[in-house]
Amino acid sequence: MPAPDEAVPDPASDRAVRTVLDARDISRALTRISHELLERNKGATDLVLLGLHTRGVPLARRIAERIASVEGAPVAVGELDVTMYRDDLRSQPTRRAHRTALPPSGIDGKVVVLVDDVLFSGRTIRAALDALADLGRPAAVRLAVLVDRGHRELPIRADHVGKNLPSALAERVSVRLSEVDGTDEVTIS
Amino acid sequence: MKHLLSIDELSTDEILQLFETAADMHDVQGREVKKLPALRGRTVVNMFFEDSTRTRSSFEIAGKWLSADVINVSAKGSSASKGESLRDTVLTVCAMGVDGLVIRHPASGAAVQVSQWVDAAVINAGDGMHEHPTQALLDAYTLQRHLGSLEGRHVAIIGDLTHSRVFRSNVQCLTRLGARVTVVAPPTLMPSGIAAWSAAAGFETSYDADSVLPDADAVMMLRVQRERMSGAFFPSAREYTVGYGLTRNRLALLKPDVPICHPGPMNRGLEIAADAADAAQSVVLEQVSSGLAIRMAVLYHLLAGSSEGGVA
Repeated sequence: MPAPDEAVPDPASDRAVRTVLDARDISRALTRISHELLERNKGATDLVLLGLHTRGVPLARRIAERIASVEGAPVAVGELDVTMYRDDLRSQPTRRAHRTALPPSGIDGKVVVLVDDVLFSGRTIRAALDALADLGRPAAVRLAVLVDRGHRELPIRADHVGKNLPSALAERVSVRLSEVDGTDEVTIS
Repeated sequence: MKHLLSIDELSTDEILQLFETAADMHDVQGREVKKLPALRGRTVVNMFFEDSTRTRSSFEIAGKWLSADVINVSAKGSSASKGESLRDTVLTVCAMGVDGLVIRHPASGAAVQVSQWVDAAVINAGDGMHEHPTQALLDAYTLQRHLGSLEGRHVAIIGDLTHSRVFRSNVQCLTRLGARVTVVAPPTLMPSGIAAWSAAAGFETSYDADSVLPDADAVMMLRVQRERMSGAFFPSAREYTVGYGLTRNRLALLKPDVPICHPGPMNRGLEIAADAADAAQSVVLEQVSSGLAIRMAVLYHLLAGSSEGGVA
């Protein structure tokens, strides 16, 4: 895991928690992503939003609500758990698995949009792509994330990003969502 | 959790976590690709020193769906029939680099003994008349899916208690989850010393099925285990059925939609009549599919993570 040579601030000097996105910023970012998705897909037909556990799930639901209000028709939404597909299962204590719930229409031939809160190493998305292959054959897979903080370890990029957040490897990016944490904010510390 | 030897050593939290994982695993059964990569590269050996259809195949399928390599060793056709001791058989198999050992043995305590000899995770798939923890977990899981929480619900367990490891595991698991348990058997099939045990563990005993059934929220019938009986425990099969079988008449005593469990294999016409076994409220086949989900959950929890530490 090579850290970039430049721009590694001394972590001790910048330990304060800084809010990067507040509730209104998050709301605006999700609205923009929803419109981008519709524009790219030319409507909501054959679109399936899959939220990744834990915080991708409420994000996918929020995007689905926005798309439904623009298009006037509901869009398929589900949740995907990638625990069993992780490449670090063995190096850690057993992780709790979560539920995978696909919309009844399935994902075969659909445009699947994976939704997650933070894109970091890219390993979660790698696991998600493997999980999708066991569940069906989408026509295309896209990736939407609220925050892209860099430091990729795999050749993966997001199609739709709420905010690009250049960060040092030692910094901690936390996304809190009202459905899970009672409040909406993104902080860096 | 390093081994699964008895219900006793599981915490209530661990039981509920296994149920949660089992619910996720249940969904896999409905998929087109029934395969998860979680145990890729791990090896599980099923060692069965006693006959079994559902438990052995269930563990085998559970391991395979989690991508483990599963090997079956049975007493017939192995070196055990040439007189090799259990210890030597187990150590030989484990010398091949086995990660999980599922063991069924006619001697009570065999699984605990084996766990002291080997590094592999040992899962007790039934040891004599002692315990059968995955059966108890799958029964409680099945009932929970039907009844919601088991807190305060009344479960009647009826049949050959003396020879039943299923009953011994179940009574612990169900009371742990808050259920009220009444065990029913003829006096000859009531284990000796059960009065002290039931008082300590908080379950009730009865000799009269007809007085217990109308109040039950779930009924669990046990198999009459003729292969373990060395003497005459009841005068005739007919007499057992009249006193303790779930007959058509007893079925009518139950509250509507009360789930009926049986760990299998069923002696139809002896402890359970066809009317009850095939009734709409019978959950016998559901127990089998729950068993698969529970065994996947157990294998996952024991073998997926690093060997130290519990569930994150």
